[in-house]
Amino acid sequence: MFKWLHPLAKPETLYHFCGRLFPWLMLSAIGILLFGNLWGLVFAPQDYQQFDTVRIIYIHVPSALLSMSTYTMMAIAAFIALVWQVKVAQWSVLAIAPIGAVFTAISLLTGMAWGKPMWGTWWEWDARLTSQLILLFLYLGVIALYGAFSDRQTGGKVASLLAVIGIVNIPIIHFSVEWWNTLHQGASITKFDTPSVHPSMLWPLLISLLGFYLLMLALVCLRLRTAILEHEQHRPWVRATLGGH
Amino acid sequence: MQFDSFSDFLAMGGYGFYIWLAYGLTYGLLIGLVVYCFWEVKAFHQNFRQKLARAQRIKQYQEAEHR
Repeated sequence: MFKWLHPLAKPETLYHFCGRLFPWLMLSAIGILLFGNLWGLVFAPQDYQQFDTVRIIYIHVPSALLSMSTYTMMAIAAFIALVWQVKVAQWSVLAIAPIGAVFTAISLLTGMAWGKPMWGTWWEWDARLTSQLILLFLYLGVIALYGAFSDRQTGGKVASLLAVIGIVNIPIIHFSVEWWNTLHQGASITKFDTPSVHPSMLWPLLISLLGFYLLMLALVCLRLRTAILEHEQHRPWVRATLGGH
Repeated sequence: MQFDSFSDFLAMGGYGFYIWLAYGLTYGLLIGLVVYCFWEVKAFHQNFRQKLARAQRIKQYQEAEHR
Protein backbone atom coordinates (compact mmCIF):
# COMPACT_ATOMS: atom_id res chain seq x y z
CA MET A 1 0.00 0.00 0.00
CA PHE A 2 2.80 2.42 0.86
CA LYS A 3 4.37 1.87 -2.52
CA TRP A 4 1.12 3.12 -4.01
CA LEU A 5 0.68 5.88 -1.44
CA HIS A 6 4.17 7.30 -1.50
CA PRO A 7 4.13 8.98 -4.94
CA LEU A 8 1.07 10.97 -3.82
CA ALA A 9 3.29 13.00 -1.47
CA LYS A 10 4.61 14.70 -4.61
CA PRO A 11 2.38 17.75 -5.25
CA GLU A 12 2.27 17.32 -9.02
CA THR A 13 1.18 13.65 -8.82
CA LEU A 14 -1.41 14.43 -6.17
CA TYR A 15 -2.80 17.33 -8.24
CA HIS A 16 -3.45 15.07 -11.21
CA PHE A 17 -4.72 12.21 -8.99
CA CYS A 18 -7.30 14.51 -7.35
CA GLY A 19 -8.23 15.90 -10.75
CA ARG A 20 -9.05 12.42 -12.06
CA LEU A 21 -11.09 11.53 -8.96
CA PHE A 22 -13.02 14.80 -8.65
CA PRO A 23 -15.67 14.52 -11.42
CA TRP A 24 -16.64 10.96 -10.40
CA LEU A 25 -16.83 11.85 -6.73
CA MET A 26 -18.83 15.02 -7.34
CA LEU A 27 -21.39 13.50 -9.72
CA SER A 28 -21.95 10.39 -7.62
CA ALA A 29 -22.18 12.54 -4.47
CA ILE A 30 -24.96 14.70 -5.93
CA GLY A 31 -26.88 11.69 -7.27
CA ILE A 32 -26.60 9.55 -4.15
CA LEU A 33 -27.27 12.41 -1.72
CA LEU A 34 -30.44 13.50 -3.54
CA PHE A 35 -31.58 9.88 -3.87
CA GLY A 36 -31.05 9.16 -0.16
CA ASN A 37 -32.69 12.41 0.98
CA LEU A 38 -35.72 12.00 -1.30
CA TRP A 39 -36.18 8.44 -0.10
CA GLY A 40 -36.07 9.70 3.47
CA LEU A 41 -38.43 12.60 2.83
CA VAL A 42 -41.06 10.87 0.70
CA PHE A 43 -40.93 7.09 1.09
CA ALA A 44 -39.53 6.33 4.55
CA PRO A 45 -42.15 5.83 7.28
CA GLN A 46 -42.90 8.16 10.20
CA ASP A 47 -41.51 7.47 13.64
CA TYR A 48 -44.15 6.34 16.13
CA GLN A 49 -42.98 8.91 18.69
CA GLN A 50 -41.43 11.69 16.65
CA PHE A 51 -43.83 11.57 13.66
CA ASP A 52 -42.50 13.38 10.60
CA THR A 53 -39.72 15.25 12.42
CA VAL A 54 -37.69 12.03 12.24
CA ARG A 55 -37.05 12.93 8.58
CA ILE A 56 -34.45 15.43 9.80
CA ILE A 57 -32.35 12.36 10.69
CA TYR A 58 -31.37 11.94 7.01
CA ILE A 59 -29.33 15.13 7.13
CA HIS A 60 -28.60 15.45 10.86
CA VAL A 61 -26.89 12.10 11.46
CA PRO A 62 -24.81 12.09 8.23
CA SER A 63 -23.58 15.65 8.81
CA ALA A 64 -22.75 14.90 12.47
CA LEU A 65 -20.85 11.71 11.61
CA LEU A 66 -19.08 13.52 8.78
CA SER A 67 -18.08 16.40 11.06
CA MET A 68 -16.24 13.87 13.23
CA SER A 69 -14.68 11.73 10.51
CA THR A 70 -13.60 14.84 8.61
CA TYR A 71 -11.92 16.08 11.79
CA THR A 72 -10.17 12.73 12.24
CA MET A 73 -8.95 12.92 8.65
CA MET A 74 -7.68 16.46 9.22
CA ALA A 75 -5.92 15.47 12.46
CA ILE A 76 -4.19 12.52 10.74
CA ALA A 77 -3.00 14.85 7.96
CA ALA A 78 -1.81 17.32 10.62
CA PHE A 79 0.07 14.56 12.46
CA ILE A 80 1.78 13.47 9.22
CA ALA A 81 2.64 17.12 8.48
CA LEU A 82 4.19 17.62 11.93
CA VAL A 83 6.08 14.33 12.21
CA TRP A 84 7.23 13.63 8.64
CA GLN A 85 7.11 17.21 7.36
CA VAL A 86 5.11 16.26 4.28
CA LYS A 87 4.18 19.50 2.53
CA VAL A 88 0.95 18.30 0.93
CA ALA A 89 -0.24 16.95 4.30
CA GLN A 90 0.00 20.42 5.78
CA TRP A 91 -1.81 21.98 2.83
CA SER A 92 -4.57 19.42 3.11
CA VAL A 93 -5.18 20.35 6.77
CA LEU A 94 -6.22 23.81 5.60
CA ALA A 95 -8.06 22.39 2.60
CA ILE A 96 -10.16 20.16 4.87
CA ALA A 97 -10.91 22.59 7.74
CA PRO A 98 -13.63 24.81 6.13
CA ILE A 99 -15.45 21.75 4.75
CA GLY A 100 -15.55 20.13 8.20
CA ALA A 101 -16.69 23.42 9.73
CA VAL A 102 -19.68 23.56 7.36
CA PHE A 103 -20.67 19.97 8.19
CA THR A 104 -20.43 20.77 11.91
CA ALA A 105 -22.58 23.87 11.47
CA ILE A 106 -25.16 21.82 9.53
CA SER A 107 -25.31 19.18 12.28
CA LEU A 108 -25.84 21.89 14.92
CA LEU A 109 -28.49 23.78 12.93
CA THR A 110 -30.47 20.69 11.93
CA GLY A 111 -30.23 19.51 15.53
CA MET A 112 -31.74 22.80 16.69
CA ALA A 113 -34.58 22.54 14.17
CA TRP A 114 -35.23 19.02 15.47
CA GLY A 115 -34.84 19.94 19.13
CA LYS A 116 -37.42 22.72 19.10
CA PRO A 117 -40.47 20.54 18.24
CA MET A 118 -39.26 17.41 20.14
CA TRP A 119 -37.48 18.75 23.23
CA GLY A 120 -39.22 22.13 23.33
CA THR A 121 -35.98 24.12 23.07
CA TRP A 122 -33.66 25.27 20.29
CA TRP A 123 -30.58 24.90 22.46
CA GLU A 124 -29.58 23.27 25.73
CA TRP A 125 -26.10 23.18 27.31
CA ASP A 126 -26.19 19.44 27.07
CA ALA A 127 -22.93 17.42 26.87
CA ARG A 128 -23.45 16.28 23.27
CA LEU A 129 -24.48 19.73 22.01
CA THR A 130 -21.70 21.53 23.87
CA SER A 131 -18.94 19.17 22.73
CA GLN A 132 -20.19 19.47 19.15
CA LEU A 133 -20.09 23.28 19.47
CA ILE A 134 -16.48 22.96 20.68
CA LEU A 135 -15.76 20.95 17.53
CA LEU A 136 -16.99 23.90 15.45
CA PHE A 137 -14.71 26.23 17.42
CA LEU A 138 -11.77 23.85 16.87
CA TYR A 139 -12.32 23.98 13.11
CA LEU A 140 -12.61 27.77 13.20
CA GLY A 141 -9.54 27.91 15.46
CA VAL A 142 -7.47 25.92 12.93
CA ILE A 143 -8.53 28.30 10.13
CA ALA A 144 -7.97 31.44 12.25
CA LEU A 145 -4.57 30.31 13.60
CA TYR A 146 -3.31 29.65 10.08
CA GLY A 147 -4.44 33.11 9.03
CA ALA A 148 -2.90 34.79 12.07
CA PHE A 149 0.71 34.25 10.92
CA SER A 150 2.19 36.19 8.03
CA ASP A 151 4.51 33.22 7.39
CA ARG A 152 2.44 30.40 5.89
CA GLN A 153 4.92 27.75 7.07
CA THR A 154 4.65 28.80 10.74
CA GLY A 155 0.87 29.24 10.48
CA GLY A 156 0.51 25.79 9.00
CA LYS A 157 2.57 24.23 11.79
CA VAL A 158 0.64 25.92 14.59
CA ALA A 159 -2.72 25.11 12.97
CA SER A 160 -1.64 21.46 12.57
CA LEU A 161 -0.67 21.34 16.25
CA LEU A 162 -4.13 22.57 17.27
CA ALA A 163 -5.77 20.04 14.92
CA VAL A 164 -3.81 17.18 16.56
CA ILE A 165 -4.56 18.33 20.12
CA GLY A 166 -8.24 18.81 19.29
CA ILE A 167 -8.66 15.13 18.40
CA VAL A 168 -9.27 14.54 22.14
CA ASN A 169 -12.74 16.06 21.57
CA ILE A 170 -13.81 13.32 19.13
CA PRO A 171 -14.22 10.48 21.69
CA ILE A 172 -15.79 13.00 24.07
CA ILE A 173 -18.48 13.78 21.48
CA HIS A 174 -19.03 10.12 20.71
CA PHE A 175 -19.32 8.92 24.31
CA SER A 176 -20.97 12.06 25.72
CA VAL A 177 -24.39 10.40 25.49
CA GLU A 178 -23.13 7.51 27.65
CA TRP A 179 -20.91 9.33 30.12
CA TRP A 180 -23.40 12.02 31.03
CA ASN A 181 -27.15 12.16 31.38
CA THR A 182 -27.96 14.00 28.22
CA LEU A 183 -31.09 15.24 26.56
CA HIS A 184 -29.67 13.86 23.36
CA GLN A 185 -30.57 10.25 22.63
CA GLY A 186 -27.98 7.46 22.58
CA ALA A 187 -26.31 5.93 19.52
CA SER A 188 -28.44 3.74 17.26
CA ILE A 189 -25.92 2.96 14.50
CA THR A 190 -22.36 3.60 15.64
CA LYS A 191 -22.23 0.97 18.32
CA PHE A 192 -20.80 -2.54 18.57
CA ASP A 193 -24.13 -4.21 18.00
CA THR A 194 -26.69 -4.51 15.23
CA PRO A 195 -28.22 -1.10 14.49
CA SER A 196 -31.50 -0.49 16.30
CA VAL A 197 -33.08 1.27 13.34
CA HIS A 198 -35.63 -0.47 11.16
CA PRO A 199 -34.35 -1.21 7.60
CA SER A 200 -37.05 1.08 6.12
CA MET A 201 -35.28 4.00 7.79
CA LEU A 202 -31.76 2.57 7.95
CA TRP A 203 -31.31 2.24 4.18
CA PRO A 204 -32.15 5.85 3.24
CA LEU A 205 -29.99 6.94 6.18
CA LEU A 206 -26.98 4.91 5.04
CA ILE A 207 -27.41 6.12 1.44
CA SER A 208 -27.58 9.75 2.61
CA LEU A 209 -24.46 9.11 4.69
CA LEU A 210 -22.64 7.76 1.63
CA GLY A 211 -23.74 10.84 -0.34
CA PHE A 212 -22.38 13.19 2.34
CA TYR A 213 -19.15 11.18 2.46
CA LEU A 214 -18.61 11.39 -1.31
CA LEU A 215 -19.39 15.11 -1.28
CA MET A 216 -16.79 15.67 1.45
CA LEU A 217 -14.14 13.71 -0.49
CA ALA A 218 -14.99 15.55 -3.73
CA LEU A 219 -14.67 18.97 -2.11
CA VAL A 220 -11.42 17.98 -0.36
CA CYS A 221 -10.03 16.96 -3.78
CA LEU A 222 -11.11 20.26 -5.29
CA ARG A 223 -9.73 22.44 -2.49
CA LEU A 224 -6.51 20.45 -2.27
CA ARG A 225 -5.93 21.03 -5.99
CA THR A 226 -6.37 24.78 -5.52
CA ALA A 227 -4.03 24.72 -2.51
CA ILE A 228 -1.37 22.81 -4.46
CA LEU A 229 -1.52 25.33 -7.33
CA GLU A 230 -1.41 28.22 -4.87
CA HIS A 231 1.75 26.91 -3.17
CA GLU A 232 3.49 25.64 -6.30
CA GLN A 233 2.59 28.42 -8.74
CA HIS A 234 6.22 29.37 -9.37
CA ARG A 235 7.25 25.85 -10.34
CA PRO A 236 7.66 24.93 -13.99
CA TRP A 237 5.13 22.06 -13.85
CA VAL A 238 2.31 24.44 -12.94
CA ARG A 239 3.10 26.68 -15.91
CA ALA A 240 3.35 23.66 -18.17
CA THR A 241 0.02 22.26 -16.91
CA LEU A 242 -1.90 25.53 -17.05
CA GLY A 243 -0.44 26.40 -20.43
CA GLY A 244 1.48 29.64 -20.10
CA HIS A 245 5.13 30.54 -20.46
CA MET B 1 -45.19 6.92 -0.76
CA GLN B 2 -46.09 8.24 2.69
CA PHE B 3 -48.18 11.24 1.64
CA ASP B 4 -51.56 11.54 -0.07
CA SER B 5 -51.00 14.91 -1.74
CA PHE B 6 -48.31 17.48 -2.34
CA SER B 7 -49.76 19.85 0.26
CA ASP B 8 -49.73 16.93 2.69
CA PHE B 9 -46.05 16.48 1.88
CA LEU B 10 -45.31 20.16 2.50
CA ALA B 11 -47.22 20.14 5.79
CA MET B 12 -45.25 17.13 7.13
CA GLY B 13 -47.97 16.35 9.65
CA GLY B 14 -47.78 19.85 11.11
CA TYR B 15 -43.98 19.85 11.49
CA GLY B 16 -43.34 21.32 8.03
CA PHE B 17 -41.68 24.49 9.33
CA TYR B 18 -38.96 22.63 11.29
CA ILE B 19 -38.28 20.02 8.62
CA TRP B 20 -38.07 22.50 5.74
CA LEU B 21 -36.01 24.84 7.91
CA ALA B 22 -33.50 22.01 8.53
CA TYR B 23 -33.38 20.95 4.88
CA GLY B 24 -33.26 24.56 3.66
CA LEU B 25 -30.31 25.44 5.91
CA THR B 26 -28.49 22.22 4.97
CA TYR B 27 -28.83 22.65 1.23
CA GLY B 28 -28.18 26.40 1.49
CA LEU B 29 -24.90 25.79 3.30
CA LEU B 30 -23.86 22.88 1.06
CA ILE B 31 -24.56 24.81 -2.15
CA GLY B 32 -22.74 27.82 -0.68
CA LEU B 33 -19.73 25.63 0.12
CA VAL B 34 -19.64 24.10 -3.37
CA VAL B 35 -19.95 27.52 -5.03
CA TYR B 36 -17.18 28.89 -2.79
CA CYS B 37 -14.84 26.00 -3.68
CA PHE B 38 -15.39 26.57 -7.41
CA TRP B 39 -14.98 30.32 -6.96
CA GLU B 40 -11.56 29.66 -5.35
CA VAL B 41 -10.47 27.72 -8.43
CA LYS B 42 -11.64 30.51 -10.75
CA ALA B 43 -10.01 33.22 -8.61
CA PHE B 44 -6.69 31.39 -8.64
CA HIS B 45 -6.70 30.95 -12.42
CA GLN B 46 -7.59 34.60 -12.98
CA ASN B 47 -4.87 35.77 -10.63
CA PHE B 48 -2.34 33.37 -12.17
CA ARG B 49 -3.05 34.61 -15.71
CA GLN B 50 -2.73 38.22 -14.59
CA LYS B 51 0.64 37.52 -12.97
CA LEU B 52 1.89 35.76 -16.10
CA ALA B 53 0.76 38.62 -18.34
CA ARG B 54 2.43 41.14 -16.06
CA ALA B 55 5.71 39.22 -16.07
CA GLN B 56 5.52 39.11 -19.86
CA ARG B 57 4.94 42.89 -20.13
CA ILE B 58 7.91 43.61 -17.85
CA LYS B 59 10.09 41.31 -19.93
CA GLN B 60 9.04 42.98 -23.19
CA TYR B 61 9.62 46.43 -21.71
CA GLN B 62 13.12 45.49 -20.51
CA GLU B 63 14.01 44.00 -23.88
CA ALA B 64 12.81 47.15 -25.65
CA GLU B 65 14.89 49.34 -23.35
CA HIS B 66 18.12 47.44 -23.86
CA ARG B 67 17.86 47.52 -27.60
